[in-house]
Amino acid sequence: MPGGSGPVADSAAKDVILGRIRTALGNRPAARPIPREYQRSRPFPSVLDLFAERVADYRAIVHRVDDPVAMVRSLLAGKRIAVPPDLPAEWLVPEVTWLHEPLSNADLDGCDGVLTGCAAGIAETGTIVLDGGVAQGRRVITLLPDYHLCVVRADQIAGTVPEALERLEPTRPLTFISGPSATSDIELDRVEGVHGPRTLEVLIVNG
Amino acid sequence: MGRNPVTWLGSPAFPTAARTALADDQLRRNLNHATGLIRNKRAGAVAELPDWEQLRLSGEAIKDEVLANLDTYLLRFEESVTARGGVVHWAADAAEANEIVLRLAREAGADEVVKIKSMATMEIGLNEALEAGGVKPIETDLAELIVQLGDDRPSHILVPAIHKNRTEIRDIFRTTMPGTEDLTNEPVELAAAARAFLRRKFLSAKVAVSGANFGVASTGSVVIVESEGNGRMCLTLPETLITVMGIEKLVPSWQDLEVFLQLLPRSSTAERMNPYTSIWSGVTPGDGPQNFHLVLVDNGRTDTLASTVGRQALRCIRCSACLNVCPVYERTGGQAYGSVYPGPIGAILTPQLAGDMHDKHAASLPFASSLCGACFEVCPVRIDIPSVLVHLRSEAVAAKPRYSPEAIGMAAMSWVMAGPRRFHVAQRLATAGRLLARGGKIRRLPFPGSKWTDSRDLPAPAKESFSAWWKRTRG
Repeated sequence: MPGGSGPVADSAAKDVILGRIRTALGNRPAARPIPREYQRSRPFPSVLDLFAERVADYRAIVHRVDDPVAMVRSLLAGKRIAVPPDLPAEWLVPEVTWLHEPLSNADLDGCDGVLTGCAAGIAETGTIVLDGGVAQGRRVITLLPDYHLCVVRADQIAGTVPEALERLEPTRPLTFISGPSATSDIELDRVEGVHGPRTLEVLIVNG
Repeated sequence: MGRNPVTWLGSPAFPTAARTALADDQLRRNLNHATGLIRNKRAGAVAELPDWEQLRLSGEAIKDEVLANLDTYLLRFEESVTARGGVVHWAADAAEANEIVLRLAREAGADEVVKIKSMATMEIGLNEALEAGGVKPIETDLAELIVQLGDDRPSHILVPAIHKNRTEIRDIFRTTMPGTEDLTNEPVELAAAARAFLRRKFLSAKVAVSGANFGVASTGSVVIVESEGNGRMCLTLPETLITVMGIEKLVPSWQDLEVFLQLLPRSSTAERMNPYTSIWSGVTPGDGPQNFHLVLVDNGRTDTLASTVGRQALRCIRCSACLNVCPVYERTGGQAYGSVYPGPIGAILTPQLAGDMHDKHAASLPFASSLCGACFEVCPVRIDIPSVLVHLRSEAVAAKPRYSPEAIGMAAMSWVMAGPRRFHVAQRLATAGRLLARGGKIRRLPFPGSKWTDSRDLPAPAKESFSAWWKRTRG
């Protein structure tokens, strides 16, 4: 049985730890209000321009389009592309071999890429957020393929990190993506392309 | 209770270890290059935000609020995680935590586990415990993999292999990864080699072990901040996920993350945002691990909490900015500190977690600093490291036997200063100390003064004391 006798066996440790905390804190300091003088939003001239610039800054490929369908066709024609179950039907152009769920890890590992929407964008940091909601699918489908094409609508883009977090539902499984997978582990210099998709392409749909 | 593995068994005191490290020219070149690069980048990333100081003030206050009510927030967090299908375990020390993880891995039928880089699991020596129990831990973070394959020890909080340059890394890969004989030292190729090597491991692993950057008490959400995607692999593919988390890692509410998701990436990798951040709350049916265990670890944290000066070390979010700006760290590297937590934060956190100032190695760490204050200036949660260092130095001295050189020196000083005649005689004697000086510095004193001059120079005393000068010119 998963978990087994765990919580029961550890309950002694729980009492020990809580007891030590209460002793350590002795006469508890009075609560101090938490200062929040930082800017929750900023007066960016154009959130959309900034998002495009910052996403590209982390070596993702960025396109700004009025209608994503033509670009989906030109980027993906002839390829085998995984998709979540609830993608807008018009995106599924016939020139592409679409791989529908349920997909095995081997299917995902072996395909040419994945096409999704997203839950939100953050302009200041060049970040896309997935929450497993509409047009996004399970977390693994945007992870195993080596190529990720993500469609972001203008109205999904928030200016700052606080503005974006406000729009998200904390208890959904969330993935924040800022550029393709990278590492700073060799001489503290950023190198793109480790375990996640090595190519991230973003279609920004003008509002 | 056994010894706390936060310090490495048999580590020499810092001055001895530092001397060895300083003799390694390659190490100093590697560190100088890497820390110099990241220092400049961090300054740029921080300068971009006009409200950086306000974010720091909030970060400090949020963490202080958690520490002041840690029992309440832990219980709230446990309740939230449990309500969303997770199982919470409590471990008072390293041995208990290791036992829980090993048992859970065995129950899941795993003979190997994939691991996300985690300071908490390094601190408790989890890998050694798993191996002893017949479960093979596989580090999947690139730098951790380099350390593991090279049978080495970590030297940096963020980049445990910072002491190795690209050519040294290539050599480790060539000797330990099959089929890499033709690998070059290009970072892109090295990263690709790790990708190929680990992909099979990710796809076959039944159990993953992670740490946690933050836990949100009100929602039960756990946050992992990473770059490579190895974290996403571990958090998504295996059926069972075991997260090991220090009890101080909480924030009260979802809104608090908006502060830390700005402070952490810019302070650690000098990025506006790290490539991947994963946040999950318990179990999501049909997506990711269906068994989620969370192990809350004390291991010296509650002792640290008891110190009104020292408890601020528990605000640390493990960004490593203080390492990168520290003149001592830059010269000695991380391994000289003899702990998984090196550098300025290590110098205050390690001895407090170890909780034994009679241990010569732990007691030497608060002295591994020139008190220049650069660490406080960059700390995103405003830990006043210099003040804690001074506080711990006094504790280290107090823990020494009565007849230590410091104790004798202080006793002699108080006798001398108790009477004006004694003081004047002493001043004349000190002036005579100039005979020992060369070029304005005394490099070697006889015992017990040698305990000081072994690792430091002493400025030569003035030719004439102030009071003698006063008497001569105004008297």
